[in-house]
Amino acid sequence: MKVNCDINVHHLTRVEGHGNIKISIQDGVLRQATWEVVETPRFFEAILVGKKWDNAPWICGRICGICSIGHTLASIRAVENAFLMVPTLQTTRLRLLLKHMETLQSHILHLYFLAAPDFLNIGSVFPLIKSSPEVVARAAGLKKLANDMCDCVGGRRLHPTTTVVGGFTMLPDRKELAVFRERLADSIPGLVATVELFKTFSLPDFSRETEFVSLKGAQDYPFIGGDLISTDGVVKGESEYRQMTNEYLVDQSTSKWSKLSREAFAVGSLARVNNNFKFLHPLAQDVAAEFGLTPVNHNPYMNNIAQLVECVHVVYDSIQLIDELLGVPWQEPRQLVTPKAGVGVAAVEVPRGILYHSYDFDEAGHIVKCDCIIPTSQNHANIQYDLSALAEKFAAEGIQDRELELLAEMLVRAYDPCISCSVH
Amino acid sequence: MTETPVQPKTFLGVPVYRPKVAFFELSSCEGCQLQILNNEATLLDFLSLVEVVKFREGMSGGTDDYEIAFVEGSITRPDEEERLKVIRKNAKVLVAFGSCACFGGVNQLKNRFNLDWVKKEVYGDHPIETSEVKPLDAVVTVDLKIYGCPVKKEEVERIVTALAIGSEIVYPKYPVCMECKANGNICLFDVGEPCLGPITQGGCDAWCPNSRSGCGGCRGPAADSNVEQLICIMEQYGFSKDTIIDRLECFGGFASYVGPLRSGQKP
Ligand code: SF4
Ligand code: SF4
Ligand code: SF4
Repeated sequence: MKVNCDINVHHLTRVEGHGNIKISIQDGVLRQATWEVVETPRFFEAILVGKKWDNAPWICGRICGICSIGHTLASIRAVENAFLMVPTLQTTRLRLLLKHMETLQSHILHLYFLAAPDFLNIGSVFPLIKSSPEVVARAAGLKKLANDMCDCVGGRRLHPTTTVVGGFTMLPDRKELAVFRERLADSIPGLVATVELFKTFSLPDFSRETEFVSLKGAQDYPFIGGDLISTDGVVKGESEYRQMTNEYLVDQSTSKWSKLSREAFAVGSLARVNNNFKFLHPLAQDVAAEFGLTPVNHNPYMNNIAQLVECVHVVYDSIQLIDELLGVPWQEPRQLVTPKAGVGVAAVEVPRGILYHSYDFDEAGHIVKCDCIIPTSQNHANIQYDLSALAEKFAAEGIQDRELELLAEMLVRAYDPCISCSVH
Repeated sequence: MTETPVQPKTFLGVPVYRPKVAFFELSSCEGCQLQILNNEATLLDFLSLVEVVKFREGMSGGTDDYEIAFVEGSITRPDEEERLKVIRKNAKVLVAFGSCACFGGVNQLKNRFNLDWVKKEVYGDHPIETSEVKPLDAVVTVDLKIYGCPVKKEEVERIVTALAIGSEIVYPKYPVCMECKANGNICLFDVGEPCLGPITQGGCDAWCPNSRSGCGGCRGPAADSNVEQLICIMEQYGFSKDTIIDRLECFGGFASYVGPLRSGQKP
């Protein structure tokens, strides 16, 4: 039993954006366990008002550097839904391929650069350059493959240049895609080694009953569009996203919070795996089994493992997508766009969870109203409730301050929060 | 990470001085910093050139004993001004890193509106502090600017190498068009796509036109760029005033031309 403790982490490191952790225990009673978001808002939802439709994907991509592809694709889908446009199969496949590569590069970045240092008891990945160069080379190699493919399909690994409403400005080179297919196949030993590395880490023993929200797969593991589902049994259409998110404001955060059936819910890899396990590639399911990850898993630290499972899934699925793309002759890259008045909503699974963009247009295609709901903003309340439960549990066990601080930091990092994105 | 993980670089056989560098972010998407990590092929080389003493997104700990500060993002709140002033005091060289830091970036699009309306539109009646968006040099002296949204990793490396070996830093004087033509692209004007390539500072190797997307001007004005003339040409090509304004005001580098254009005058 812990009597007194005062933890104050100002601007948590190895996460995107600015957040603080405060835990205080006095005379054996937990007084405070707070996850505070202090990030400055940039007001993208106001910025877009009055702008023409074609600005939205370009500007909204800048909400986030790490998941700029996901934001761009969500924005494009929202515009297309508003204008009642249906993308071609070729466009859908290329978009999914691009999305997969963003997932891979983001998860690898998180697993090796942000999360692994905690398990290895080091402050950053940099010391590994000297002590375990092969580990750094493996991480860099996997990330580079994903990023190179983003360059190839999206024109740029960050803030893509080829992705537009109606399709693509230009298509990747078929020969280049064939080479990437081989590079993907060659990356599998690196993934296997990553699985082996993570098997040597011991995840903290902590669980809290949580509602998990994600897209609902129909035939495939879902990434772009479709219905929404929660582990508590809620199912909604994409356009009913507001009933799934129920945003509200709290004083401890410049980001909005969300709730559904309970006081908080979680989105992200673990939510996707929990809701759509049966659609994962069989080999990804095997990896999940190796870590004892079966649905529904309520340990938030397991999100790290769910990310690893998704890396395996997206690599195998990308190989199949390339085979499908190369198996047919290609059509025009881009459809003509005719603006219409109306509302368009898009739900896309970005690395950190489900992302919504919604725009209202006038007849000329100017944005009248804009709404973006970011995965991390949906996770903040859940992080807060996890943090309280974690402090309570481990304080009762009487662990050291430093240990509790590390567990709290690792908890927040496990969610892989994208804080500036959540504030936007 | 105060320990040196890699052997110091040499230049012409002479060991190169490794400056202590720190990375900071104000209001931004953190994409410019991410470009450093995204630079897998040459990341280790880059790290051997400098000593990273602070990089919150990538490492825990760190010190305030740095010489070069890379500051990403624009100023949107008074506390950011204060943080920036402290960074300025500690750093020998302060680098405005990316369009947000150089010109306000996409964030400055907020300045088109009344702040009370902006706050109400997004946060309703919940009080959230925000102020007019400013670039870094509106508050402190900036020694060096690295343009781009995002910055181009090759250019960052070139500039950091120059800093490390003490050589002069030269920016391209020519516009993006030069690079676009050198790459053999077809001009997007001919396919009906607006492009700011003729007036935007080169150095990105025509990143967007290479993908058949018009340049958005993220690197700001090239030397002697004739913005008025480009506006005339765009009008002749039939681009609407809206389209021209959207392009010119997106990243902040050309924001001063937009007011007169919007109110109907020629700049
Ligand atoms: S300049 Fe662009 S890429 Fe860089 S931080 Fe700002 S919005 Fe992000
Ligand atoms: S596409 Fe743009 S950058 Fe290229 S030549 Fe035409 S105007 Fe210049
Ligand atoms: S082409 Fe224009 S918008 Fe694109 S990166 Fe270069 S300067 Fe920026």
